[in-house]
Amino acid sequence: MNQSVEHLQKDLNSPDESHSGQACFHCGLRVPEAIDLTANIDGVNQPMCCYGCQAVARAIVNAGHSSFYRFRTANSITGRELIPEFVRDIEIYDSKTLRQQFTQQDNDQLTEVSLMLEGITCAACIWLIEKTLESIEGVVLVRVNFASQRAWVKWDDSIIHLSGILQAIARVGYRAMPFNPGVQQQAQKQKRQSQQRRIAVAGLFGMQVMMLSISLYVGAWSGMEAEFDRLFKVLSLILSLPVVLYAALPFYRSAIRDLRHLNVTMDVPVSIAILIAFVASVWATYDGHGHVYFDSMVMFVFFLSASRYFEMIARQRSLSAAEKMIQSMPAVATRVRRDGRVETIPAQTLVEGDRVIVAPGETVPADGQIVKGQTSCDEALLTGESLPVAKSSGDALLGGSVNLSHPVTLEIKSVGSETVLSQIQQMVEKAQADKPALVRLADRVAGRFISLVLFIVIATACIWWLKGSEGWFEIALSVLIVSCPCALSLAVPTALSVAIGKLQSNGLLVKRASSLEGLNQVTHIVFDKTGTLTRGKPELSQCVSNPELTLADCLQIAVSLETHSEHPLACALLRSAPEVIPFEVKALLNAPGEGIQGEIDGQPYFIGNAAYIERVTGIRIDQAWCQSYGTDQLTTVVLSNREQVMACYYFCDQVRDEAQGLIQDLISKGYQISLLSGDREGPTKAIAEQVGITHYASVMTPQRKAESVADLQSRGEVVLMIGDGINDAPVLASADYSIAMGSATAVAKGSADLLLLSDHLSDIKNALGYAHQTQSVVRQNLGWALTYNLSAIPAAALGFVAPWMAALGMSFSSLLVVLNALRLSR
Amino acid sequence: MEVLYLLIPVSIGLLLLIVRILLWAVRSGQFEDLEGPAHRILMDEEKIAEPRD
Repeated sequence: MNQSVEHLQKDLNSPDESHSGQACFHCGLRVPEAIDLTANIDGVNQPMCCYGCQAVARAIVNAGHSSFYRFRTANSITGRELIPEFVRDIEIYDSKTLRQQFTQQDNDQLTEVSLMLEGITCAACIWLIEKTLESIEGVVLVRVNFASQRAWVKWDDSIIHLSGILQAIARVGYRAMPFNPGVQQQAQKQKRQSQQRRIAVAGLFGMQVMMLSISLYVGAWSGMEAEFDRLFKVLSLILSLPVVLYAALPFYRSAIRDLRHLNVTMDVPVSIAILIAFVASVWATYDGHGHVYFDSMVMFVFFLSASRYFEMIARQRSLSAAEKMIQSMPAVATRVRRDGRVETIPAQTLVEGDRVIVAPGETVPADGQIVKGQTSCDEALLTGESLPVAKSSGDALLGGSVNLSHPVTLEIKSVGSETVLSQIQQMVEKAQADKPALVRLADRVAGRFISLVLFIVIATACIWWLKGSEGWFEIALSVLIVSCPCALSLAVPTALSVAIGKLQSNGLLVKRASSLEGLNQVTHIVFDKTGTLTRGKPELSQCVSNPELTLADCLQIAVSLETHSEHPLACALLRSAPEVIPFEVKALLNAPGEGIQGEIDGQPYFIGNAAYIERVTGIRIDQAWCQSYGTDQLTTVVLSNREQVMACYYFCDQVRDEAQGLIQDLISKGYQISLLSGDREGPTKAIAEQVGITHYASVMTPQRKAESVADLQSRGEVVLMIGDGINDAPVLASADYSIAMGSATAVAKGSADLLLLSDHLSDIKNALGYAHQTQSVVRQNLGWALTYNLSAIPAAALGFVAPWMAALGMSFSSLLVVLNALRLSR
Repeated sequence: MEVLYLLIPVSIGLLLLIVRILLWAVRSGQFEDLEGPAHRILMDEEKIAEPRD
């Protein structure tokens, strides 16, 4: 008993226990050394890696939702503290203009808004957000959509404002962005709902007709009075009317539209089959004898409508990646008017010539030119490189980039669709529209096949009629039903749907279904360098000090100078030396993008790139010990004082661990590999050699990358491109197939065929292997479907197949194809 | 068998009612999220069992 009490006390106190080396309970990252933060979850003090995670964990527990940690199936994203700037940004949403833009009033004086949620890693996250929102005072209705990760909230604005709601979500570790659903969203919703209605109608009426047809079948077999036979047939007719006239409308519409363009697609024989079956059945009902096909017809409509619906949702969901891109442009801008007044306006209302102030940390609202101030900017959204770029008066700032160090006043030069960001997007869209060559080919083949079938049907009908046979109509109908390429059209999509589902659970998001199939034809794989083969973050790889000084002393000075810098190289340096205690620095002067100088104990010190050091101190960097690491390949940061260079630090972008293994594997499987990079020759060559790629090219602009890909294609190679930067986006779209890393910029993600969510390069191997399996299943399916069609059509044409046999055979072959496809999920 | 002349209209009436209900469900957006309810059941169930003590 005493032991257990001691144990308990130890748990509650745990003062000197450092949790370094353990995994953060909230986000799963390693707890850095010297961090000793915990949060009490369900009675146990769990290690936390930072104040952000701790704050979020505590917020979750205090709200009574600690069961979140039991429900979740994946780690959460690393928590961020609710810093004042963030809160201020959120409060902007309470302004009148933004409220008008994003929220709506409904009849009961309640306000409603649609929110896009970020940071979701599993279903439990959504549950947590839902519970959090529901428990807020003043919130009346909450509806969270698991599938699309959107929330719809209705609240009383007199009790709480939108900013309060957004803050509450941020406190539990997620980000919510109000968004304007826009016309396209509404249109999509309309389409979905109208299709849902049609499926409902087809299904319900179809069930009734099926029931009646059972009676008819039994009656035909064991004898039924004529009046009931008539009754059931008339009822079937009436109940089929809504299906034929309403549920099947989309088929007729698209058939007519296609025929007007002299384009014969699947919907043409489908429509013909439905209408002919209906008309024939009506005639048979009126005439008194002959078969009726109401049941086959309505079920046909039902199944086909359902499968079209699922295809549509899949397509609609894949478009939302582009929407998120649009949201990354800020909603507000701070405009300076002629009279000097400063106002906050929606970014959409900016025009050319407006002057805006962009504060540090804010996203630039549109393309513009700096008229006052100097700063450094993060253009990662556009170039993929996160090293800040120095900007001063007269330089251009691109909309979408992030201002880092100082506030600047910008004169707007281009807005909306004229901005560079939009231009790139448009380029991507155009490349995408040109892309589906395979789809066009498939359409052409299908068109000819269907025309042939229709010809055969008419020919069969004529021949039998001329022969004076009674059953000419039945035979023609059988041929039509039997030739309907249902199995054929199911062969590929079902296999793809199953494969896509399986891949998704393994961290690979397939955005374009047809690409999975085509991956098998890839002969040449092109890799991007930064962010794809490498981690995309600089890391300290070597450091060397002046022989007269010690490494440790120099490091301490360097760390002191860089402590407050947000420059990625500074962060990399700090990350590599977390245990170093910085000195106090006075007179700190930051030259954005170049270097920092400061005074420690009265002595001035400088740290920065070679050009900066030479400029500020006059010392030339040509010491022998500096050059010993082949500075061409690595980014160098130099530390010096007034008299001499003290140390050199070399940073490189670490190659991903699995990259070399992957490349070797791909080469052994017979793929040609290339590396195309926008970076300089030195680093590109180094990385290429490290992973084993022989063909590489450096200093490639997006145009030149695309040209290189086109060149390969003209030589008959089928190209798979793997990349992540926005300047890769047009190339990704122009390659035959493309994969974007999970950490890719949004536009790259939007244009790629597959997304590597797991960020492990080795999953690419899985994707290619899986594509192989999928292809063999697709081949099997196609083979069976073709065999069935080709053998059944002659049989039907010769009169051996009754319509009900045709319908049965069709259903059976479709079923076979679907079951075969399901094999892929194992 | 004449009872069919009664039963069939009744069942059709029922059918029309059901269709009406289903169309209402579509309009109120109940088919928008097909994955959510599956997760919700599992997680809410636990919550109810909790405040026992």
